[in-house]
Amino acid sequence: MKIMVPIRRVPNPDVKVRLKKDGSGIETEGVNFLINPFDEYAIEEAVRITEKGGGEVFLVSIGGPENEETLRAGLALGAHRAYLVDVGGEWLDSAAIADILAGVYKQENPDLVIMGKQSVDTDNNQAGQMLAAKLGIPQACFAYKVELQDGKAVVQREIDGGLEVKEIGLPAVVTADLRLNQPRYASLPAIMKAKKKEVRKVTPADLGVEPKNRTRVLSLAEPPPRKAGQKVASVDELVDKLVNEAKVL
Amino acid sequence: MNFELDDVQTLVRDTARRFAQEEIAPLAAEMDKTATFRMELVRKMGELGFMGVAIPERYGGGGMDYRCYALVIEEISAACAATGVIVSAHSSLCCDPILKFGTEEQKQKYLPPLASGQMLGCLALTEPQAGSDAGSVRTTAVLDGDEWVLNGTKIFITNGGPAGVAVVVASTDRSKKHRGLSAFIVPADAPGYKVAKEEHKLGIRASSTAELVFEDCRIPKENLLGAPGDGFKIAMATLDGGRIGIAAQAVGIARAALEHAVQYAQERSQFGQPIANFQAIQWKLADMATEVDAARLLTWRAAWKKDQGVRFSREAAMAKLFASDVAMKATREAIQVFGGYGYIDEYPVERFYRDAKITEIYEGTSEVQRIVIARSLLRD
Repeated sequence: MKIMVPIRRVPNPDVKVRLKKDGSGIETEGVNFLINPFDEYAIEEAVRITEKGGGEVFLVSIGGPENEETLRAGLALGAHRAYLVDVGGEWLDSAAIADILAGVYKQENPDLVIMGKQSVDTDNNQAGQMLAAKLGIPQACFAYKVELQDGKAVVQREIDGGLEVKEIGLPAVVTADLRLNQPRYASLPAIMKAKKKEVRKVTPADLGVEPKNRTRVLSLAEPPPRKAGQKVASVDELVDKLVNEAKVL
Repeated sequence: MNFELDDVQTLVRDTARRFAQEEIAPLAAEMDKTATFRMELVRKMGELGFMGVAIPERYGGGGMDYRCYALVIEEISAACAATGVIVSAHSSLCCDPILKFGTEEQKQKYLPPLASGQMLGCLALTEPQAGSDAGSVRTTAVLDGDEWVLNGTKIFITNGGPAGVAVVVASTDRSKKHRGLSAFIVPADAPGYKVAKEEHKLGIRASSTAELVFEDCRIPKENLLGAPGDGFKIAMATLDGGRIGIAAQAVGIARAALEHAVQYAQERSQFGQPIANFQAIQWKLADMATEVDAARLLTWRAAWKKDQGVRFSREAAMAKLFASDVAMKATREAIQVFGGYGYIDEYPVERFYRDAKITEIYEGTSEVQRIVIARSLLRD
């Protein structure tokens, strides 16, 4: 089984995000980057599948040379090889990312694509769905559990009302959510092995792809500071405020 | 010269930090209070390769450099200094002498179970009458046919309680004084090997500090480590590596103190503002940060020198001397930043303060480190 796992390099979600003074982007000085946490669940699931049933897991990351470090971290979690698609520092939206991932998909023809449901910096929750649509293959997002059977996947998905079970034919796109599994720690021997694994560097042109942004970032701003809350003396007062002041009831 | 970590070292540090913060830190306060260690942590660390970082891959180790080892010890120690010394004593004081002075048979037999964490190791050198004066060790070893017979008492042995194997330094020829010492690999299940007592300590309470008694303890002739008379040389070479581990432990303790102080200073308000706004607090934090960085760099320099395969005794002594001093200062100032809250055990800084003290004592007191450094200066 060949599994494709796109991963994204994101700033450490535990570090407070600061904007550059000109608002053109986030301050990256002194910020450490890591694998998007949701992508780790995807890597773990893919590696477990191949550990059980054979096959290989290849990672794909889109960005600049700094992404190689992120890919090595992913390889240390058990993936077998990786692609680094160099886009030379350009900012790409979900649609352009899906364009590039589709290009890699067409070269590799994997049986399954697993990726994090969203990345913790942009939180769009779109690329996986767009990729499936572009390729015309089934999708199952927010996966809580994935079971592979002959040529299909039975995916339990977390939805607001509970768990939905979906059966999709392979190849397909699955996006991983928090409770899919418990990602492993990269053991030291695995880190040493990762050094020798292949990281293939390509450009969109090599893939025959011209990624196109369908959106444009106009500006970035920090959210307004939180205003102080109000203390109320009774439930009646609370309801009164909610109806008459906040006007939400 | 590059001060940055390379890809492998970065991954090692990140893995160790993550594991330490997620799996060890939540247990640290309780392990300290009850003075008990969770042995399943050794198993988990073994699975990740932390118990044999710098042991070559052919013996089941990680095959990494000593800087990676120092990074692992620092990260573990920042979460729990006791766990840090458990790994450090096991690696530097037991695995390393077997690796450096053992025969191929001894290495094949003992290193794989040690490197995987299946078995903990210790170094049994110190005795009631032989601390800094390690050369005056009185435990004896006499060859009787195909066996060595050991008699004597060792105290303050880190990992002594749970260790499956000990590297023991004993006298094979009293007349030659320290040149008559030899080293032995002694399995804990050898007849006559007894764990007599566990010490109750000020700090690093989750680690075992035990008294080992050898009463006609018999081990096969093959268990001699190195040649007869090599014992003192082996002990000194072993302690050189151990000092890098303790320096890394001290850096971890100091860094934990700094990080907690920085966070607290931003949260605690007095006189209408966070105390982090006050210069007095800022200067404390600045001093702590500078000293932690300096201690870490000295530690890395010593590790680098060891990896070069050249003499590194002076550099290791400097790193341990300085880092232990920094750990004392940083933990003292961290309690000061916390004020009254720093003194109560709901906050971890009082534990860091208690843990720091031992780094000035074991594996060569700060006084002994100064002797090593001065001798090196005056000889060279």
